[in-house]
Amino acid sequence: MLYAILCYAHEETVFAWSKDEEAAVMDRLMKVQEPLAQAGKLGPVGRLMPTTAATTVRKGKDEALVLDGPFAETKEVLLGFYTAEFDSLDEAVAFSKELSAVNPGSSSYEIRPFYVFHHNEIKAAESGSS
Amino acid sequence: MTDLAYIDLALTAARPQALGALLRYFRDLDTAEEAFQEACLRAIRTWPDKGPPRDPAAWLIFVGRNSGVDQIRKRAKNEPLPEEAAFSDLSDAEEDIADRLDNAHYRDDILRLLFICCHPDLPNTQQIALALRIVSGLTVQQIARAFLVSDSAMEQRITRAKGRVAKAGVAFETPDVHERAERLKTVAAMIYLVFNEGYSAGITNPDSVAFCDEAIRLSRLLLRIFPAEPEIMGLTALMLLQHSRAAARLDEAGQIVLLENQDRGLWNRRLIDEALAMLDKAIRHRLPGPYQVQAAISALHARAGRPDDTDWGEITLLYELLEKLAPSPVVTLNRAVALSKLKGAEAALCLIEPLSDKLDGYFYYHGVRGGLLMQAGRNAEARSAFDRAITLANSPAECAHIRLQLDRLGASRG
Repeated sequence: MLYAILCYAHEETVFAWSKDEEAAVMDRLMKVQEPLAQAGKLGPVGRLMPTTAATTVRKGKDEALVLDGPFAETKEVLLGFYTAEFDSLDEAVAFSKELSAVNPGSSSYEIRPFYVFHHNEIKAAESGSS
Repeated sequence: MTDLAYIDLALTAARPQALGALLRYFRDLDTAEEAFQEACLRAIRTWPDKGPPRDPAAWLIFVGRNSGVDQIRKRAKNEPLPEEAAFSDLSDAEEDIADRLDNAHYRDDILRLLFICCHPDLPNTQQIALALRIVSGLTVQQIARAFLVSDSAMEQRITRAKGRVAKAGVAFETPDVHERAERLKTVAAMIYLVFNEGYSAGITNPDSVAFCDEAIRLSRLLLRIFPAEPEIMGLTALMLLQHSRAAARLDEAGQIVLLENQDRGLWNRRLIDEALAMLDKAIRHRLPGPYQVQAAISALHARAGRPDDTDWGEITLLYELLEKLAPSPVVTLNRAVALSKLKGAEAALCLIEPLSDKLDGYFYYHGVRGGLLMQAGRNAEARSAFDRAITLANSPAECAHIRLQLDRLGASRG
């Protein structure tokens, strides 16, 4: 089974870390990931840019609305995610609008650029899909 | 990270929101600061045992408000403080504190807190010091070290600035749309001042580099509460881009390295990527402003893998746009530099000659002019421009940079 593990934290506190604190935390996190990565079981790992870099595409009456900032509603929950390479935010917005158009629910798509820490590929992908 | 270090970070992060709300309650900066201080002390006492609250800012506002009210009562009636037990139900109450506090006020609270530091009577350095002390919560010692003054001198400076602010009075009503936009503009300019102080003083004094980080933090904070303001996105992007070159700006001897000579491998890709994402968002609004245009110019440098890849045509166009949006001789000077890359030094010199009156006391004007004259082979004129620049240099690094140019001139003559 493939799992997504999502990290939630207090943004302002995390971004107030000094370089040393940041390095120390990353070092500890790396040590935890290492065995999994060596076993070929870890997929791409990244950190999302600050929420100030986020854009949200929300289903509108006729066309989807494009809003600045992260997704802020509390009733909906995170149901899935895509990672993709786009040349511009416009491209990412266009793709999200297409998703929104064919999705019957009141879906929203939060577009968050992220830094890739590791491009790991999961080698045991076959068993993961079953 | 120890518990206390984590609490310290959480308190710093919650400070603008909590202090801003307390200022609204008490309408007096000193009372608000005391109340916040008291709330922080209680946090340090209780959080290690009970764990940090889910919403630290709401907790601090709640506790700070109670302690502030007690202080006021105590002063009024000279009655003893209530026992610690009066606060003992805090952890139970915490769940609904967030609901009871009026969330709608938060963004105006933070904006007001930033805005009072921008009082027009205050000179720039005092605005910077006040914002760093009040909003960012830096210590007087930290600020004094960055400004290279004694602690007591800085303490005095901040006290005087606070006095002025208190006397001036602040509007506590919720601002209307127009007033809010004005405040936002003023605050953005102040944040950029903080950044520039760190950026220019950082050449010789590493203690002031922290100002750059602080300015970026304030700008992100502003963007979180006003997420759809393209100029605040532009400002954030601009500062991130300038800050991304921090490691490449100076060589090992502390000499300035010009943009075109910098090792681009030392540029901080993470900051650049965030800035480019931010600029993309801003441009979608189709409301260009000076910060966005400056960020766009800076982004073109960031996007060029080598100096030769720089899109000088686009940069020249952006400077033309900037001249229209925010006309200034300094902008024209920068456009001339871009133009020299496209059309040569003589074309650029034609553009800057008319600026000589306005920019005669400006280091960069004479530095740039000297460089252009040197390129054009007018060495004697170049030498006198550089001589003038040296007398106007703001730092030993700037001075050394011009000396280097003079040396090159000397070599070319021989």
